[in-house]
Amino acid sequence: MKRSLQFTLIICALCVLARPGFPAQDASPVIAAAAILEKIDQNAVPGSKIMVAAMTIHGRRADRTIKSKSWIEGDDKAFTEYLDPPREKGIKMLKLGDQLWTYTPATDRIIGISGNLLRQSVMGSDLSYEDMMENRKWSDIYEAVEDGEETMLARPCLILRLTARVENVAYHQRRIWVDKDRWLVLKEERYGKSGRLLKTFEVTDVRQFEGRWIQTRALFRDVLKEGNGTEFVIESVDFDAQIPEVVFSKASLRK
Amino acid sequence: MIIPKLAFRNLIGNGTKTWLNALVLSFSFVAIIWGQSLFEGMDKEMSKVTIDQEAGGGQYWAGAFDPFDPMTIDDAPKTIPAELAVETSSGRAAPILIVSGTIYPKGRMVPALLKGVDPDQAVLKLPFDRLRGAAGDIPGLIGARMAKNTGLSKGDTVTVRWRDASGTFDAADIEIVEIFQTQVQTVDVGQIWIPLKALQGMTGRTGKATIVTMPAGTAPRTYPEWSFQGHDVLLKDIKNFVQAKSVGFSIFYLTLMAMALLAIFNTQILSIWHRRREIGTLIALGMPRGRVIRLFTLEGTMLSLLAAAVGAVYGLPLLIYMAKHGWVLPAGQADSFGLALNQALYPAYSAGLVIVTILIVLAATTVVSFLPTRKIVTLKPTDALKGKWS
Repeated sequence: MKRSLQFTLIICALCVLARPGFPAQDASPVIAAAAILEKIDQNAVPGSKIMVAAMTIHGRRADRTIKSKSWIEGDDKAFTEYLDPPREKGIKMLKLGDQLWTYTPATDRIIGISGNLLRQSVMGSDLSYEDMMENRKWSDIYEAVEDGEETMLARPCLILRLTARVENVAYHQRRIWVDKDRWLVLKEERYGKSGRLLKTFEVTDVRQFEGRWIQTRALFRDVLKEGNGTEFVIESVDFDAQIPEVVFSKASLRK
Repeated sequence: MIIPKLAFRNLIGNGTKTWLNALVLSFSFVAIIWGQSLFEGMDKEMSKVTIDQEAGGGQYWAGAFDPFDPMTIDDAPKTIPAELAVETSSGRAAPILIVSGTIYPKGRMVPALLKGVDPDQAVLKLPFDRLRGAAGDIPGLIGARMAKNTGLSKGDTVTVRWRDASGTFDAADIEIVEIFQTQVQTVDVGQIWIPLKALQGMTGRTGKATIVTMPAGTAPRTYPEWSFQGHDVLLKDIKNFVQAKSVGFSIFYLTLMAMALLAIFNTQILSIWHRRREIGTLIALGMPRGRVIRLFTLEGTMLSLLAAAVGAVYGLPLLIYMAKHGWVLPAGQADSFGLALNQALYPAYSAGLVIVTILIVLAATTVVSFLPTRKIVTLKPTDALKGKWS
């Protein structure tokens, strides 16, 4: 089960990391915080993509890296297959909307994952499934106010403070660092209702694929926990790839 | 009266053979009484401590709450019915709110249940009063097992993360104000106790609870969205465990008893064979065959009474010692059952148990003593006097 969740994390992390930025363009004048959120949301609506990525869990004793290939269609459909290490190779996962299934070749069984299991953190990683399952647009659930400017990765960034305006959100507040030109989120802090910092997400590398800027390396950290976080790296991405519909079916898990 | 006297004289006259048989049979007596009383004691002790610290006189469970299904925990809490709220506000009932969360002891991430309890409740016998009126961080109470698993000590501060009723994360620090000892693992392992009002406030569940534990003698009532669970449900695991163990152990003393009964049976057959001239003489002198059978059967039956006496000689001190000091389980074994098992098991003796045991052994001995004597019915006294067996 833990493997399944770990698998899920990779998919979800990829969805976030691979939010493409706009093609490089001139810096805009001052844009209201709400409008910036809209921009970020627009960036976050992906078409289809196929990507190869790696997740490295920096544990207390050792690091573990898991490689995977994912086929992603919008926010709702994702199919991932483990490539490495050999122990995990062949495990597959399918996400359709809020439903999740995993297939393990060792048992030749498809298992549906639901409920509390989706809330757990996995294998010492700093992510819980819920962290990445927020599919709603930020502009729909958060009020944004500008909170300063800072340079990140040698890029000028606007800092926005987001406060939830609806009840059922995982994080009541977020602070995000947004590249003023590319509208990419380069850093994020997630806060609890009491204002306590819970998690951080920091991009350490961005690259241009097919004319679009995307975050290719990022570090997630659960700040309540000791350790050096969990790192995600996108090795290759193919935007607007033609993905047959059959890939997003339970039958493809056993193939 | 002649038959009992004769039977007793014959029994004692058998010498070593009689005493050996009595000794073997006495093992059964002692084993049955010790074994059964041990399980009775275990049942009483586990039930008592579970009632004192967890079950009370029964519990009301909110909604679809099922302690064995973690999926039901976060959606279960419901508003405490007005009638029960009166009881809870005066401490006569103990409301408990359960929320799943995560604690971070020494930087590790450990799933845990956050349990909110009223520090003024008077139903459960755990030191919840230590949660009363503490300043600063939220006061927390954990059991010794939880303390061992997480490495937390009294006075430590631990960060706790949870999701409120609408699913929003938050975190706070909890100060461990007390570590309590309990044999009830279900109030200890994987959980941290904090004041009810604090947890209700933290999770946006004001006035809500997952469980309301009632005092002894509570008559179940019906409230919408709440279901009453009596001892038949709350102590079911204990009863099943004791029953399973009791059945398993009975194989041991049934084997002992079978050996003793076999010895008695064998002794009776040999005795009748060796004493065929005596049997022939008694019948020739006019003693009815039925009385001869009674004589031999009574000898066997008396053997069981003798065994009871022999058993009492060494068994009573042993059983008294056990009652005083208990049977101490190997270190860590008590916890391995997952039930409220004490490290030392104390037997609970009852007159009923002793009487029933004596009657069972007496009946079994009488039956095996009687079976070989049926041969006497067909015995011709003339042949018997000649030493023949017709």
